Amino acid sequence: MLPTAPLPPPAAGHKPQQDASQQDAPLLQVTGFSKSFAGFVALDGVDFTLHPGEIHALLGENGAGKSTLIKTMTGVVARDAGTMRLAGAAIAPRSAEEAVKAGIATVYQEVNLAPNLSVAQNLYLGRQPTRFGLVREGEMRRRASALLAGFGLSIDVGAPLETYSVAIQHIVAIARAVDQSARVLILDEPTASLDAQEVEVLFAVMRQLKARGIGIVFVTHFLDQVYAVCDRITVLRNGRLAGSAPIAQMPRLDLVRLMLGRELSEATARRSHAAAGPAGADVAVFTGLGKAGYVAPFDLTLRAGHVVGLAGLLGSGRTETVRLVFGAEPADAGTAEVAGRRVTLTCPREAMALGFGYCPEERKTEGIVADLTVRENIVLALQAKRGALAPLPRREQDAIAARFIRLLDIRPPDPERPIGLLSGGNQQKALLARWLATEPRLLILDEPTRGIDVGAHAEIIKLIRDLCRQGMALLVVSSELEELVTYADEVIVLRDRAHVVRLTGDAVEVSAILAAIADAPAGAAAAA
Amino acid sequence: MRSLARLTPVLATTAVFLAGFVLCSLAYPNFASLRVVMNLLTDNAFLGIVAVGMTFVIISGGIDLSVGSVIGFTTVFLALAIERWGVPPLIAFVLVLVLCAGFGAAMGAIIQYAELPPFIVTLAGMFLARGVSFLLSTESLPITADLYTHLSDHALRLGGGARLTVPAIVMLAVVIGGMVLLHLTRFGANVYALGGSRAATGLMGINVARSTVLIYTLSSALAGLSGIVFSLYTSSGYSLSAVGVELDAIAAVVIGGTLLSGGYGFVFGSFIGVLIQGLIQTYISFDGTLSSWWAKIATGLLLFAFIAFQQLTLHLARRSRRAPAGVRP
Amino acid sequence: MALRLPRIGTSQIVALALILAANWVVSPQFFDIRLQDGRLFGSLIDVLNRGAPVALLSIGMVLVIAMRGIDLSVGAVMAICGAIAASLADSHPLPVVLAASLGAGLACGLWNGLLVAVLRIQPIVATLILMVAGRGIAQLITEGRIVTFTSPELAFLGGGSVLGLPTPIVLTLAMMALTLLIVRGTALGLMIEATGGNPRASALAGIGTRLITVAVYVWSGLCAALAGIVASADILGADANNAGLWLELDAILAVVIGGTSLFGGRFSILLAVVGALIIQAMNTGILLSGLPPETNLVVKAVVVLAVLLAQSPRIGAQIAGLGVLFGRSRSRRRS
Repeated sequence: MLPTAPLPPPAAGHKPQQDASQQDAPLLQVTGFSKSFAGFVALDGVDFTLHPGEIHALLGENGAGKSTLIKTMTGVVARDAGTMRLAGAAIAPRSAEEAVKAGIATVYQEVNLAPNLSVAQNLYLGRQPTRFGLVREGEMRRRASALLAGFGLSIDVGAPLETYSVAIQHIVAIARAVDQSARVLILDEPTASLDAQEVEVLFAVMRQLKARGIGIVFVTHFLDQVYAVCDRITVLRNGRLAGSAPIAQMPRLDLVRLMLGRELSEATARRSHAAAGPAGADVAVFTGLGKAGYVAPFDLTLRAGHVVGLAGLLGSGRTETVRLVFGAEPADAGTAEVAGRRVTLTCPREAMALGFGYCPEERKTEGIVADLTVRENIVLALQAKRGALAPLPRREQDAIAARFIRLLDIRPPDPERPIGLLSGGNQQKALLARWLATEPRLLILDEPTRGIDVGAHAEIIKLIRDLCRQGMALLVVSSELEELVTYADEVIVLRDRAHVVRLTGDAVEVSAILAAIADAPAGAAAAA
Repeated sequence: MRSLARLTPVLATTAVFLAGFVLCSLAYPNFASLRVVMNLLTDNAFLGIVAVGMTFVIISGGIDLSVGSVIGFTTVFLALAIERWGVPPLIAFVLVLVLCAGFGAAMGAIIQYAELPPFIVTLAGMFLARGVSFLLSTESLPITADLYTHLSDHALRLGGGARLTVPAIVMLAVVIGGMVLLHLTRFGANVYALGGSRAATGLMGINVARSTVLIYTLSSALAGLSGIVFSLYTSSGYSLSAVGVELDAIAAVVIGGTLLSGGYGFVFGSFIGVLIQGLIQTYISFDGTLSSWWAKIATGLLLFAFIAFQQLTLHLARRSRRAPAGVRP
Repeated sequence: MALRLPRIGTSQIVALALILAANWVVSPQFFDIRLQDGRLFGSLIDVLNRGAPVALLSIGMVLVIAMRGIDLSVGAVMAICGAIAASLADSHPLPVVLAASLGAGLACGLWNGLLVAVLRIQPIVATLILMVAGRGIAQLITEGRIVTFTSPELAFLGGGSVLGLPTPIVLTLAMMALTLLIVRGTALGLMIEATGGNPRASALAGIGTRLITVAVYVWSGLCAALAGIVASADILGADANNAGLWLELDAILAVVIGGTSLFGGRFSILLAVVGALIIQAMNTGILLSGLPPETNLVVKAVVVLAVLLAQSPRIGAQIAGLGVLFGRSRSRRRS
């Protein structure tokens, strides 16, 4: 989160009037939406316009504000400022229920239906046809079949929803929404767990709804899908509108740049590769490591005093890669060699015994134990590594906590404060301290600078450099490409759950990474 | 075919019951008679009634530990109201049902609005109901009202000494009513939806709070009805009656194929679960040498078998569903 | 200066003091303690002595609840272990009796732990099985009778005294000290609190959450066994039907009163025992005041509801929200 505001690319500068679909009055018009959570600005004056019969991609990395925008639009979260008009009339739903009544329905990635109920019950829950208070099961099934037939689906509507594929569950959820006279349909990452064929089925349904004049907001991480089905793209970054343009005026490279990078001219802070010493010995070598349906097999070598960066869009397989490396998810293919010895990695404990450490991306759910103190959170991994029967004496705990609080400048410098009361950046530093205390040979950091304040960014980057200089091997996942290139010796770019491009030495540049993510010709970027 | 798969647990339970009945009949020639079957219904009528309410609660993802105490309270209240305060029995019945329903509604409201686990709230309810009945009276009070003698004499005589008694008729009516309510109404669909996914049910626009309160109201009201039947069956009121019935009811529901984590189950299954427990008791009394504690151990074993079976099928289902998806957790 | 929560435990100790004071009001001899035949007597000693079984159960239960679990079977396990102890007491030497009884408790705990940690059955359900079957097993052991014994060694554990203190109190103190030593003397306590607070983060930090889960249920089984032995030794017999009946609920209540959240995380063994004493002090107080002893359950129900409502996440959030507002307005004034 560097303090510079992204400039819109040339494409976004075009006025929307030029677009064919813009001739109609807007269906949904969101103006100046803002939302802060406990001082953290999640959404900052965002405008968003949706036209009837438009499929509108809403894109952005984690923390960009997509889900906050959706939640404020559907009333799940109250907004701090901003207005919303649906077909010209101002609306302010206070709950998902009210939003549905107003005509805005949302289908989430985790399908929000009752998996145990039949398809027909799910379609008509709460509004089943009844006679004398009894549900007319036959009539309901007949209507359900007819409704789904309209979407080209012919299935046994009496069967429980969960016996069907996720794609069909999504279509059922969409059918329910549309049947409740939704005019705006928000699809939040519906394709994340679908295979290619299922995606096509879903797209067919989306195109059909578009033909009926329904406006669709489509959230996805897959650029191919954006270009396959969308009419217009809006990109959010760090809670602000980064750009919005018709699809034809937003080439891939520009799009990726909007999502991840800034103008190429800004990517000034290149790593001075001369400063890096020669890479040390191999710490860990992975060959053909992978897991079916999770991440495609990859080779990866991690050396002492060497930083490997993983870049790619959200959902491209970055986190999946590091989880395999740490054994948090067992691999089903490939081998791992640590310090020249073949090893198996089936759980975090084994990885820790080999000298690995892993700072996960989800700080709240997978990182901190909110009720415990900063000191306890810092010593947790070291203690786990030593075993329960070899407790760290309190004096030693205090010393470790004090050392890292000083070293990382954790504030407030109170080791006995519950960590849940600290700011995100200080929690992140404490988590780094947790792993540094174990003196790892290999430290894996997943988005170490996400959602934290600017000052903490710089400190964490400095720390990464220092650790590298001291001979630690590092594997870092980051969406902050300008930062990544300042410390990474090697960057691996991922796309669609596979490692696609490996950049080393002077090739480690923002432009080259962006080109690889966008799948644009590498030559064009290398010239920059 | 897909629709039929979820009937498997109920069919398994029914098969266990029928096999058990055949085995008992082979061991004791007198066993296979209409009279034994009718006695099975009469003796377990009160349990069958609470089990129906418990089925709703468990399918919705909750649990109600207070039902045994509510039965105890009901019997004491009735005995005092009818014998000591001179309330006509029928009015006493209505009064006690209203009291119990209100009690259930209060528990449901606390579970919903304070977001507390159902087991601990109904646990407090269990203390409260039992404590109040202790305060009312600690003695066993006989009920001698005319209606009671009349109702206990009243029965459909089916020949061979078999009698379909009033408690049995009430239970059968409750079972059928429960089946209709759960499987054929909007409320029933909401109960399943709550057990399937509470969050999703709310997002689908169902009034979760109202449904939750209603479910616990129903359970407590049925416990009150069960208490009325229990007092008819014993012609008395006693604050220590029906201790531990909540466990029997939960066991019957689980043995009947209802998933304890919610979302799946049938009222009919719970009915069969009650009959299986009754069958074990009857077998023990026919045998004469076996002691009553074997009933508890057998129930425990059946409970374990069904829970382990559920866990296994859930695990397999989850594994087969997860394989192709490949999303990060 | 960082804002600190009030020192943990103050409210429980104040509550206990208030109840004891109330007991003193209704019965002025409440605090009188006299020494007779080398053993202390008096209402206060009585509270400690009678509170021993629930205190023992709560020592195990607090660990289970801190791990986001619950153990409904402890009452039934008490009955089983008490029955074993009473049945063997007159035919076997005390060490054998204790080994058999405590071993049975460990086995019961292991069963619960395996169901929860390995079969991944939710704790209420997993321990319900033993809650139902356990009493049957206890009756099987006693063959449905109330088994009595005369062994003075076993009777000593219930009615004897050590240095003037009744043995149940000594045993409870010893168990508490042992548990504190194991849990706080090692890093187990930290690991339990971390796992209860955030299981996923703890697993990623390398904590063997499964093993610890089994261990806490085993410990709960052991505590229940000891409580069962004490209860049997106290009445010189075993009543499989009534031994430990409803005590699982008292133990859960003691833990909740002791400030450990039903949603896991931070726990205090000491305060759970204080919670058990609060319950017993209320029981004794009601008895002394001449109120019908039946009032007990009603009072308990009200107390459990009050404590739970205070712990409720939603109500807690509202209180925290007020705190934030307060803090904000203050900082605004300062700036």
